[in-house]
Amino acid sequence: MIGFRTLLYKELLRFWKVSFQTIAAPVLTALLYMLVFSHVLESRVEVFPGVSYGAFLIPGLAMMSLLQNAFANTSSSLVQSKVTGNIVFILLPPLSHAEFYWAYVIAAMVRGMLVGAGVFLVTLVTVSVPFPNLLWALAFAMLGGGILGALGLIAGIWADKFDQMAAFQNFVVMPLTFLSGVFYSIHTLPPFWQAVSHLNPIFYMIDGFRYAFFGASDRSPWMSLAIVTGCFTALSFASLQMIRRGYKLRH
Amino acid sequence: MVPAISVRSLSKRYGSLQALDGVDLQVEQGEFFALLGPNGAGKTTLISVLAGLARPDAGDVRVMGHDVVRDYRSARRALGVVPQELVFDPFFTVRETLRIQSGYFGLRHNDAWIDEIIDRLDLRSKAHANMRALSGGMKRRVLVAQALVHKPPVIILDEPTAGVDVELRQGLWEFVGSLNAAGHTIVLTTHYLEEAETLCGRVAMLKQGRVVALDTTRNLLADVSGLQLQMRLEPDRLPAQFEGRARRDAEGAWVMALGRHAEIADVAVALRAEGVEVKDLRVREPDLEEAFVRIMGRR
Repeated sequence: MIGFRTLLYKELLRFWKVSFQTIAAPVLTALLYMLVFSHVLESRVEVFPGVSYGAFLIPGLAMMSLLQNAFANTSSSLVQSKVTGNIVFILLPPLSHAEFYWAYVIAAMVRGMLVGAGVFLVTLVTVSVPFPNLLWALAFAMLGGGILGALGLIAGIWADKFDQMAAFQNFVVMPLTFLSGVFYSIHTLPPFWQAVSHLNPIFYMIDGFRYAFFGASDRSPWMSLAIVTGCFTALSFASLQMIRRGYKLRH
Repeated sequence: MVPAISVRSLSKRYGSLQALDGVDLQVEQGEFFALLGPNGAGKTTLISVLAGLARPDAGDVRVMGHDVVRDYRSARRALGVVPQELVFDPFFTVRETLRIQSGYFGLRHNDAWIDEIIDRLDLRSKAHANMRALSGGMKRRVLVAQALVHKPPVIILDEPTAGVDVELRQGLWEFVGSLNAAGHTIVLTTHYLEEAETLCGRVAMLKQGRVVALDTTRNLLADVSGLQLQMRLEPDRLPAQFEGRARRDAEGAWVMALGRHAEIADVAVALRAEGVEVKDLRVREPDLEEAFVRIMGRR
């Protein structure tokens, strides 16, 4: 357990030492989205009855930032360690596959949740949002952070250079998060795009998280929870297999 | 007593390259052992397999009796590796780096030992400096310190003195020597053959993934018996009686094998009789480099 705790501590310290970049910057970005979008759309869109567009936007933005930063934490840490070669310090000690996996993923969840909480608190200045059902909110925040943390771990192990990492981030993670219903309810989409959105696992994270605030959602929160839990289990299994077999880590 | 390192029929292939081809090797506890060979001979691959950084294709590899694949946790706990590349984590200070490395090995409250290695490696003034701010030599010392945080019985140094100044090199060998005296098994690879000659009791030479020599340093030196006389002449020709015995070295000087020192006088007399002036003359004792060149030259 000491090995796991140390690796977790190291991963937390790593992003904490550059917290302007890893926490403050994404919070500011989300606040800018909030100011611009809610200003433009406030009077035109009402997604759920009685919920203003600004209020609708806040949980989505918090969750989107959480997910993107969870992904960024594992992926950038691993790809940097691989490119600079200091991954050897983690590969030489007697750390088990599970210790390796959980230390990286939990650190990603923590960073994601810090950013998510930061976004939530800062955007509250502009619009008021009902206090969420904590159980639902935490369940989706943790599972969402875990999924993107695991995905970042897979991408970080797979990528050999920063360029491939950036491609994964910009061509996979960004479109999936942007097109997941953060800025709109998918019920406003044509049927075809609604069906496509249902294939995006991030849609269920956002939708379930939003349910915690408004008690209303596009899909049943239980269904979203099941899908999100399934995704997390599958990605965890895949990541653990990769680490166990030493894919691209031990040659 | 189990051997510190035991390697049997180890093979490892990267694509079309056979990096290791049936390597057999045993290093006993307490030895100071050198692993020599030209670039690409398989030294680093062998170390990588021992350290668990590379997976063997075939063979049985153990550190202190622990299989490096099946019982990897015990094997890694018994091993400290100083990697060849000058790697570091730019987020941390020297002390943080060493504390974190201790934790990876399951050790808490390791500061007494960390302080001792910091002092022994002369890192005290840099203990709170960020790794980025350190010179190359200082980073190398931290790499050595990182390999020692868990007091491993077996220590492998992969070319630790490449690009390191003389002072640090001497200090490092003194320190490693004291670790060996305290019972640690030391395995090193180096391109400086004189280091291996003065430090190591036994030597393995690798070539194209095979062990081509494995013996005590003394026996390997005995194989290259005799003296070597190296001369530059003006005019540049040898008396006829020596022609069969001499050859040109890479720099164009004449090199001749002698049985004993007294023969130097005979050569000098013969040269004077021919009217050949000696511009430069050196006598070389046999060294590991000679043994190395000969063994590598064989098929």
